[in-house]
Amino acid sequence: MALDTKDVAKIAHLARLEVAESELAHYATDLSNILTLVEQMDAVDTTGVTPMAHPLHMSQRLRPDAVTEADQRDAFQTNAPATENGLYLVPKVIE
Amino acid sequence: MHDQSIAELAEGLRARRFSSRELTQHFLERIERIDPTLNSYITVSTDVALAAADAADGRIAAGDAGPLTGIPLAHKDIFLTRGIRTSCASRMLDNFIAPFDATVVERLAGTGVVTLGKTNMDEFAMGSSNETSYYGPARNPWDTTRVPGGSSGGSAAAVAGGLCVAATGTDTGGSIRQPAALCGVTGIKPTYGRCSRWGMIAFASSLDQAGVLTRSAEDAALLLQAMAGFDQRDSTSAREMVPDYSAGLGDDLTGLRIGLPAEYFGEGLDAGVEASVRAALAELEKLGATIHDISLPNAPLSVPVYYVVAPAECSSNLARFDGVRYGHRCEAPKDLEDLYKRSRAEGFGDEVKRRIMVGTYALSAGYYDAYYLKAQQLRQLIAGDFRRAFEQVDVIMGPTTPATAFELGAKTDDPVAMYLNDIYTIATNLAGLPGLSVPVAPVNGLPVGLQMIGDTFAEGRLLNVAHRLQQATDWHRAAPADPA
Repeated sequence: MALDTKDVAKIAHLARLEVAESELAHYATDLSNILTLVEQMDAVDTTGVTPMAHPLHMSQRLRPDAVTEADQRDAFQTNAPATENGLYLVPKVIE
Repeated sequence: MHDQSIAELAEGLRARRFSSRELTQHFLERIERIDPTLNSYITVSTDVALAAADAADGRIAAGDAGPLTGIPLAHKDIFLTRGIRTSCASRMLDNFIAPFDATVVERLAGTGVVTLGKTNMDEFAMGSSNETSYYGPARNPWDTTRVPGGSSGGSAAAVAGGLCVAATGTDTGGSIRQPAALCGVTGIKPTYGRCSRWGMIAFASSLDQAGVLTRSAEDAALLLQAMAGFDQRDSTSAREMVPDYSAGLGDDLTGLRIGLPAEYFGEGLDAGVEASVRAALAELEKLGATIHDISLPNAPLSVPVYYVVAPAECSSNLARFDGVRYGHRCEAPKDLEDLYKRSRAEGFGDEVKRRIMVGTYALSAGYYDAYYLKAQQLRQLIAGDFRRAFEQVDVIMGPTTPATAFELGAKTDDPVAMYLNDIYTIATNLAGLPGLSVPVAPVNGLPVGLQMIGDTFAEGRLLNVAHRLQQATDWHRAAPADPA
């Protein structure tokens, strides 16, 4: 599967990554090479094989619906780039 | 002191031949002198280490010491450490101080270990050479023009170079075993779910597993004992009982059936590496093991399968880095989308971006069946190969890597060539099985690893086999000269 620069621009947007116009060709080559490697998978017929999402045969554990964590908002927000009154600040979303 | 086993050091501490503070200072002095060359640490936590050493000396004096109390080790910079920066070798987290400890860190701290610092790694554990680190590559102590392997390259280099007694690592596709092999140390990746993933920055959640890099299987048994076991906070933590790993180390190997997969001895394997691996297998035969030819017919597809599964999971996991709650934020974003896109573009390096984009593509509408579903079906076939093999043999063995450590820069322009370094290690992660690498005879002065793969939760067996081999041989005792 060969990707062109238009494909890369679309994927980069989906992944919310800014990719400069000048970098698109380089990523298109790299991603195409990786997808060529990946397409070796097509050599094997997997019709009817149950997909394996996870190595352990287990179901999700449930726990009682009770508060188990203490409020550490202030501690967590010390790592935030911008906060005010306990809120995370981002550029204006609604005009 | 940096060439002694954990048991010897613990005995020295108990007998008061030296204190944990002296031992810690010995390593800090070595780090200061040697690490400017090796670059195996991202952060050295001198004050935290000395305080822990003093606390350990207090416990030893009070007769309250365990086998790890006062032993200086290092954590891969992927494990959250409260109060010590956790960067994951990324600009994204260059300023990140975790508000809590990873379970693995917490459990080891509870035994009284001393944390010397955080080791270098590939950015977000994505790489096989440590060259994707934002902080520059760690170097191989056996030849500083060569890579230490990756992603736990700093851990492997620090252990091999005598800059810590042991180090934690994580292994998603070979990230403990491959650097252990290239640096000549012992590395174990336990069964998926054996060690808690809580507080371990997620790369590919169905593959990631914590483990250790040490100078011997005996040391690894002590550390794994402290790290392993159920953790309520990890939703995929295994409830399986943890056996006494040290107690089983001496078990007799008579009758042990070793399987050699034809697929791990084919084209692409360096002849010198193969000869070293076969010499180690001959030693195991002398100890009573028998060798059997087996086949893992789908194993050669593990690299392509991995480069769908791992990027897909990575693209989801790394979506959390949004420039809002923590991590890098771009200057003067003009709107929210600009904030996301530029923060992520500036915060992530090239390899991380490549994998995010491959994963995003594989999961996007219209491509899911061809890539992600197909990969999961092949994953089932790969796991099935191992299940059948373990009906015939007890342990599977082969080389850890196809060749010895390569030169820095040799593969950085060719991601696919870099990915093929993990050709023998990836299948183990896809199947969730434990794997271990031990040093065997070097080739041209560079370390070689013998890989051992066990059935689910058979870490104890792997440590036992590795220990018996290490009692009968001294390959694991070889140490590089300190760099000038």
